[in-house]
Amino acid sequence: MGNVLNQIGIENYIFLAVILFCIGVFGVLYRRNAIIVFMSIEIMLNAVNLLFVAFSTYHQDAQGQIFVFFSMAVAAAEVAVGLAIVVSIFRNLGSIDIDNLKNLKG
Amino acid sequence: MHTITLLFILLSAVTVATAFLTIFSKNPIHSAIYLVICFFSVGGHYLLMNSQFLFIVHIIVYAGAIMILFLFTIMLMNLNKEDEVHKPRLQRWSAVLFFFLLCAVMMLIFFQSKPIVGDYDDLGTDYQSIKVLGKVLLDSENGFMVPFEFASVLLLVAMIGAVLLSKKEKSS
Amino acid sequence: MDSLALLLLLSPFVGFLINVFFGKKLGHNGAGYLATLAVVVSFVATLVFFLGLNGGAKPSEIKLFDWLSVNNFNIEFGFLLDQLSVLWLMFVTGIGSLIHLYSVSYMHDDENRHKFFAYLNLFVFFMISLVMGSNLLVMFIGWEGVGLCSYLLIGFWYKNQDYNDAAKKAFIMNRVGDLGLLIGIFILATLFGTLNFTELNATILGGTNAGNTTWIAAAALALFIGACGKSAQIPLYTWLPDAMAGPTPVSALIHAATMVTAGIFMVTRLHVLFDLAPVVLDVIAYVGAFTALMAATIGLVQNDIKKVLAYSTVSQLGLMFLALGMGAYEVAVFHVITHAFFKACLFLGSGSVIHALHGEQDMRNMGGLRKAMPITFVTMLISSLAISGIFPLAGFWSKDEILMVSFHGNKALWVIGSVASVLTAFYMFRLMYLTFFNDFRGTDEQKHHLHESPALITFPLIVLGTLAAIGGLISLPGHSWLNHYLAPLFAEKTHEAHHLGTTEYLLMAVATVGALIGIGIAYAKYIKQKQLPETDENISGFTKVLYDKYYVDEAYEAIIVKPINFLSRFFRDYIETAVAGFVFGFARAANEIGYQGKKLQNGNVGFYLFAFVLGVCAIISYVFLAK
Repeated sequence: MGNVLNQIGIENYIFLAVILFCIGVFGVLYRRNAIIVFMSIEIMLNAVNLLFVAFSTYHQDAQGQIFVFFSMAVAAAEVAVGLAIVVSIFRNLGSIDIDNLKNLKG
Repeated sequence: MHTITLLFILLSAVTVATAFLTIFSKNPIHSAIYLVICFFSVGGHYLLMNSQFLFIVHIIVYAGAIMILFLFTIMLMNLNKEDEVHKPRLQRWSAVLFFFLLCAVMMLIFFQSKPIVGDYDDLGTDYQSIKVLGKVLLDSENGFMVPFEFASVLLLVAMIGAVLLSKKEKSS
Repeated sequence: MDSLALLLLLSPFVGFLINVFFGKKLGHNGAGYLATLAVVVSFVATLVFFLGLNGGAKPSEIKLFDWLSVNNFNIEFGFLLDQLSVLWLMFVTGIGSLIHLYSVSYMHDDENRHKFFAYLNLFVFFMISLVMGSNLLVMFIGWEGVGLCSYLLIGFWYKNQDYNDAAKKAFIMNRVGDLGLLIGIFILATLFGTLNFTELNATILGGTNAGNTTWIAAAALALFIGACGKSAQIPLYTWLPDAMAGPTPVSALIHAATMVTAGIFMVTRLHVLFDLAPVVLDVIAYVGAFTALMAATIGLVQNDIKKVLAYSTVSQLGLMFLALGMGAYEVAVFHVITHAFFKACLFLGSGSVIHALHGEQDMRNMGGLRKAMPITFVTMLISSLAISGIFPLAGFWSKDEILMVSFHGNKALWVIGSVASVLTAFYMFRLMYLTFFNDFRGTDEQKHHLHESPALITFPLIVLGTLAAIGGLISLPGHSWLNHYLAPLFAEKTHEAHHLGTTEYLLMAVATVGALIGIGIAYAKYIKQKQLPETDENISGFTKVLYDKYYVDEAYEAIIVKPINFLSRFFRDYIETAVAGFVFGFARAANEIGYQGKKLQNGNVGFYLFAFVLGVCAIISYVFLAK
């Protein structure tokens, strides 16, 4: 198991991460449901984390993984606050359709 | 074909497929379930790369904490209905277009930078056991002590913020 | 001594400050007496310096501080109290005090008299700094300051638009001259690296750059243009007659006795420079002579009593410049002093007359005032005799010296100067006869109120009349106290002593006879035949040309003002439109872009996300792909 990158190659992980990230972006653009948009953002974060870990393995350096911890902490905080915002939007507007959020202008 | 390669292809297929299904499911509950599977498969990748500790943390944080939050929110708002109206056709097609655009741009960057990425060379040193990670994370000399503490502050603040935001306003 | 000099300088300024801020609260005549006191203080201080210098003391130079210091070029803010400046200060502050005193009564009924006295004090302050300045820039401050005060005082009765126009005219014409003065100062600074009078004299006499005659002549000419503006010489003289719009004490102080002599002062100060430019001296002499003649001819037919005196002033200034052009600086200074006495007296006398007639200035409506106003009459008669050059009054000596030097220098100019003198005698006595003799021609109302002016007005008249009579004593031919006093200034000159030969006595006789002829013609015309100047509509022929001042104003209007107006209109209507169109084009473009771009910010989060992704694509493409 130790030399997984010898078998697979770092480039495949990069491909996977890129595709995963783009799926996340696609989800953000495609859906109107704020919850699904949030999930897409989580997918993007995961793509980045995956790439971190892949390169951490590649360089055999623990710092990449440490960074993933922080990114997870940030993701947790973000989800907590974000979902709270979604809840309060739902309370105020009765829906969480992002196309209904049209007040973000001067 | 080697077992590991096979495992990688399998995991990758599951990751990408469930990610897509998350987005395309009409019912938010289904999306959440697919997302959990997606997270588990990403965790499988971590395991494949022998990062056991990270795998555990990932499962706990994402598949555990975050997904529970999602599910609770969905149920709290009673959204488990397939009543969402699609975006206009133009927006959906442009979303697809942007998906391919971003993919193309990133792939191009990757291909351009290929000469720099060399072959993997396993030195056999221990770099990702819990012991080493703990040392790197908490070593007061050159570790990540301060950011680590700040992360705890961040989480605390996020918690307070979440409570404040979701608290019902008193009707005036 | 330094503090005394500062007292001399600042006393009128303090007077100005007090009058300008608290003048209204000082009681009815408080502002006037305060202003007078301020100038008297200056006069007393000047007297101390004067007596010291006359007793053989050294001229004192006071450096207050360094004003500008660039590389090797250094301008200090300082004052020079030598024979010339103290002499000038003597009559500036002396006559200034008298005129202030006179104004207390003259401006008695004006609601803004505290402002009047504030301006008058400010003028004296600037005049003192002009005279005392130890370098050209300090002098220039005073030079500009007196111009400003002149403007303020000409337009003092600002409710009359004509007066405002006159003030503006004076100011703008002076600007033209000031530009010349500035250019002259710049050239001097470049040539000699200093603007200090003492150093400048030493440098020029030392021979540095003295061979650079072209530039020296250019500097001298530019300075002379400045002098032309201030001292009302051709071609910049037309403002002075118009400046009579101001109150009469102003005309007496600023536009007869002091400010208009600033040009002569400046030329005398820099005589070392002018001596190196004989061409410019010739120009000065000719300009002076022709100004004298031209102004005198215009003065022949004017009917406004102050206008006659104004043209007389221009004419006399012309004579002074004639003397300057002949290189006879001390003679010019002498005439400046005597002229200050009798012209100030004449102006104040005319003010007294105008005062008595409640603002009437047209001589056609005067006459017969001799009985009603004896003191005014006598003092004005003495001054008129003096300006005409009748022995032994002040004007005789000074004018005679001018004619004498011009006779020795240039016979043609002597002829012009003599003719101007004869004309002077004629128009002065025309003025006297029309004003004081025969019967009164005004309304009965005016006649009823005819009276001699109060003592505050007659006292300065008596003093100035006396000075006009005996002022010539300071420079009698042969035993000239003035020349002796001024000798240190002209140390470099080999002074040829005037020996009074037959020619000189003959010249005196010719001048006196000429003056008597002028007076005689006036007598024949206005006393014997009791002629009156025609009313405005009936003036015709050459008299009309003279009456309308040779149409110089109209010519300036056509040659300078109209083209400039045309050019301004052209720039306003076409260039401005084009440039503004161009500039506004940018504004409109920006506006349009903003208006269209506004639509991008539609508040739709979904749309923002698209824009966001597109932006990310663009940025990473630029950073990583654009090679």
